[in-house]
Amino acid sequence: MSMNNQGRPTGTCSAGAAATGSSLLPNEPLLFEIGDTEHSGVDLPDVEIDGAFLGGFERRSEIDLAGLTEPEALRHYVRLSRLNYSIDSGMYPLGSCTMKHNPRLNEKMARLPGFADIHPLQPVSTVKGALRLMDELAHWLMTLTNTAAVCLTPKAGAHGEMAGMMAIRAAQDAAGQGHRKVVLVPESAHGTNPATAAFLGYSVRSIPARDDGTVDVEAVKAALSPDVAAIMLTNPNTCGLFEPEVIEIAAAVHEAGAFFYCDGANFNAIMGVVRPGDLGIDAMHINLHKTFSTPHGGGGPGAGPVVLSAALAPFAPVPFVRKGELVEHVEGQHLGRITAFNGQMGMYVRALTYMLSHGGDGLAQAAKDAVLNANYIKARLERAFSVPFPGQPCMHEALFDDSFLAGSGVSTLDFAKALIDEGFHPMTMYFPLVVHGAMLVEPTESESKQTLDRFCDVMLELAADAKAGNAGRFTSAPTRAPRRRLDETRAARLPVLTWSRPEELPQAAE
Amino acid sequence: MRYLPHSEAERAQMLAVIGAATAEDLFARVPAEALLHEPVNLPKHSPEFLVEAHMRNLSRQNVAAGDGPFFIGAGAYRHHVPATVDHLIQRSEWLTAYTPYQPEVSQGTLQMLFEFQTQVAHLTGMEVANASMYDGSTGTAEAVLMARRLTRRNRIVLSGGLHPHYRDVVRTYLGDGPDLVCLPASPEGQGDILNRIDADTAAIVVQTPDFYGHLRNLRAAADAAHAAGALLIVVVTEVVSLGLIESPGALGADIVVCEGQSIGNPLNFGGPYVGLLATRKEFVRQMPGRLCGETVDADGTRGFVLTLSTREQHIRREKATSNICTNAGLCALAFSIHMSLLGEAGLKRLARLNHERAVKLARMLGTVPGVELLNKSFFNEMTIRLPVPAAPVVEMLAQAGVLAGLPVSRLEPDDPAVENLIVLAATELTTDTDIEMLADCLNAALQGDA
Repeated sequence: MSMNNQGRPTGTCSAGAAATGSSLLPNEPLLFEIGDTEHSGVDLPDVEIDGAFLGGFERRSEIDLAGLTEPEALRHYVRLSRLNYSIDSGMYPLGSCTMKHNPRLNEKMARLPGFADIHPLQPVSTVKGALRLMDELAHWLMTLTNTAAVCLTPKAGAHGEMAGMMAIRAAQDAAGQGHRKVVLVPESAHGTNPATAAFLGYSVRSIPARDDGTVDVEAVKAALSPDVAAIMLTNPNTCGLFEPEVIEIAAAVHEAGAFFYCDGANFNAIMGVVRPGDLGIDAMHINLHKTFSTPHGGGGPGAGPVVLSAALAPFAPVPFVRKGELVEHVEGQHLGRITAFNGQMGMYVRALTYMLSHGGDGLAQAAKDAVLNANYIKARLERAFSVPFPGQPCMHEALFDDSFLAGSGVSTLDFAKALIDEGFHPMTMYFPLVVHGAMLVEPTESESKQTLDRFCDVMLELAADAKAGNAGRFTSAPTRAPRRRLDETRAARLPVLTWSRPEELPQAAE
Repeated sequence: MRYLPHSEAERAQMLAVIGAATAEDLFARVPAEALLHEPVNLPKHSPEFLVEAHMRNLSRQNVAAGDGPFFIGAGAYRHHVPATVDHLIQRSEWLTAYTPYQPEVSQGTLQMLFEFQTQVAHLTGMEVANASMYDGSTGTAEAVLMARRLTRRNRIVLSGGLHPHYRDVVRTYLGDGPDLVCLPASPEGQGDILNRIDADTAAIVVQTPDFYGHLRNLRAAADAAHAAGALLIVVVTEVVSLGLIESPGALGADIVVCEGQSIGNPLNFGGPYVGLLATRKEFVRQMPGRLCGETVDADGTRGFVLTLSTREQHIRREKATSNICTNAGLCALAFSIHMSLLGEAGLKRLARLNHERAVKLARMLGTVPGVELLNKSFFNEMTIRLPVPAAPVVEMLAQAGVLAGLPVSRLEPDDPAVENLIVLAATELTTDTDIEMLADCLNAALQGDA
């Protein structure tokens, strides 16, 4: 096996169970290739049962679940973990994702038995502390946003969008405005926005962006009509810019009898500095896994509480805490239940712990540092990279397009993959869609000046090398990661979604 | 502030590079009237020990399930999770990784998801599974929508044995209307769902063990659904049951949704949990949520990627199969590690132990005068009828330190037929002493009541 100058393997052994890589960068076999149905890592008594209460439904089919003893299991998952990049091991400059530090106090608190070992349907007299915690979290979220109510239960940001838009639909139905079937969505929006609107039966009307990357209040006014239910606007927007006419947009939307749904994915830029309620929003979800430091966990779980204006508050889904009491049923207008039980309690604990640690003052400082860091990166890179919307400060993320790579033979994807070889996770690529070959960089407040400088040095060196004609370094990257580029076309064309025993695989046709 | 790395001097240096005089200048595009000039009215930052004291104080105001005899199930179950699971999921590389959109530096998460999908497919007896849903209830709603896409029919029939919260979530997702038929609660395991399937029916939804604990005849449901061109969606809220009860896939299910919390995940007052969704291979392009697939890298080495993402919102936007973006990654990891530790042999032993405990509970409850057991069949959960309304009795027992189960009226406040019912579960953690205390307290409460 060949090694690079850092002593990491660049090639790997052949595919299959025997491949082991090096001791520090393992090629770990699949669970099913090292375990079997006899081994177990849990000691349990083998009790006899009679079938008297099984109604003849006992399992007769084999399950085929591989088991590992405890030391084997530890090794399997530790070795696998080493193939992952993580925020604890380096900067994660993913725009729109807010990969900030995840404090370990949050984890410790979430594991207190009084939070982790309580059942969602225990008598409410036995969970008074949990209800107080939900009440406190709600208070923080409503204070930071200056809104009248909050629905804590959504399981993730997209789920919060759904809850907020359902509340809007319910409010309009109740007001005899059920004929409103159009939702305005700017072109720069997250994909979840149009997906949520379409899911709720709305048709999506796209709003173009101005040349400066923001939404034109006149374009919104032109698109408003009696059939428009709402606008879904991200602010700060996905180009990393604050919408300067947001108050006018809100006024125009309200005047037309529609509601203003704000995508709160970028709340980290403004928490403690701007209250979205003061901008005229009616509903906004808050990603606790972005803004309030609950871990991303390799793709979840998230939590997406949605704050609501006074006009929408009566249409919040159940359950919610009101005056310290858990309200699980409401006669009349409420839209019902969007998930079993009480939402992501484990995430509530982490988020409140984070808020109490930072305080209102610290949250504002964190937002200001996040914005400072993004502007610092933009300032250091803007001469070598291309800034699509120049001449204005960005918020907490810096957006570049690929025009600086024109003629180099290097694409945004190649550039991002080359960043891996230099020890950084790539930035968000090809989003937002309104910019060609977008590179969206969000450093968050967690990065030190030293780390930002190292990142900028690497970015500048890569840009210079791309322009110098060394495309091969980029098109072949990464070479220092656990895998080279993966064949995504093959994965989609002939999907292999589960493991099969070698003897069960279809024989190759050739 | 311990989470913020900059000194004031560094902030000033950075502002100088930017060419801004103050940090406020960076917010110049914010309308002046919207900028806060006073700090928000919230507490100031706090040292770690004070935050911890505050949270511990809140935590102490709750009775933990482990504090005494505990019999609540109803969709969330108290099982023992090996220490290894919680240790591993707190490793930085699992806990603080993002969604594996950059597969070259995310092979740990991706291989784990591939293993998870395989475990879920084998467990449910289906061909494919996705990389997880938020939980069982939202997974059920997504399965119903998937069935509508697959059949191009609209009518959905929900069994009266479906968890009332799941029914409510499906109703929220679909809206009330003639295309959603919710059969009345069936606490005695009765049900006429087989007669409610017609040519417009997209799917019937059957839970087993059902909300009241009864084991349902899936084969009959599958045959009736398929005869009418409809799909059978099977819901399993207690996934440990699949170690003892025949898999839905072997009995003809088309889509299987499980709440996976029982394996690897604590009760957490209701979340985060992990939804499992499995189906037939031919339906894969209508599945919601992320999928992980096997492929090779440029050197021909086996590797894994997120795949078939042309179903998803970040590619398809308003034409996506679902608006789902985030899943339950870390909870899926906990599930997968715990399931690997159990293995087939361990899962079967765990399931038998749960059933054995439940039989003991059922037999003991049968000795309490006035208590009627409604189940002829069950796995680890059952329903009893009291001669009096159940909620006050459960509250009385809670005051005595026994968390006795769920009074069904809490979920069905408008249904007088369930007012006297309690749903109770036993797991491997239920001791003989717990069961005896429950029987004694129940006996005392009922006699005192009479």
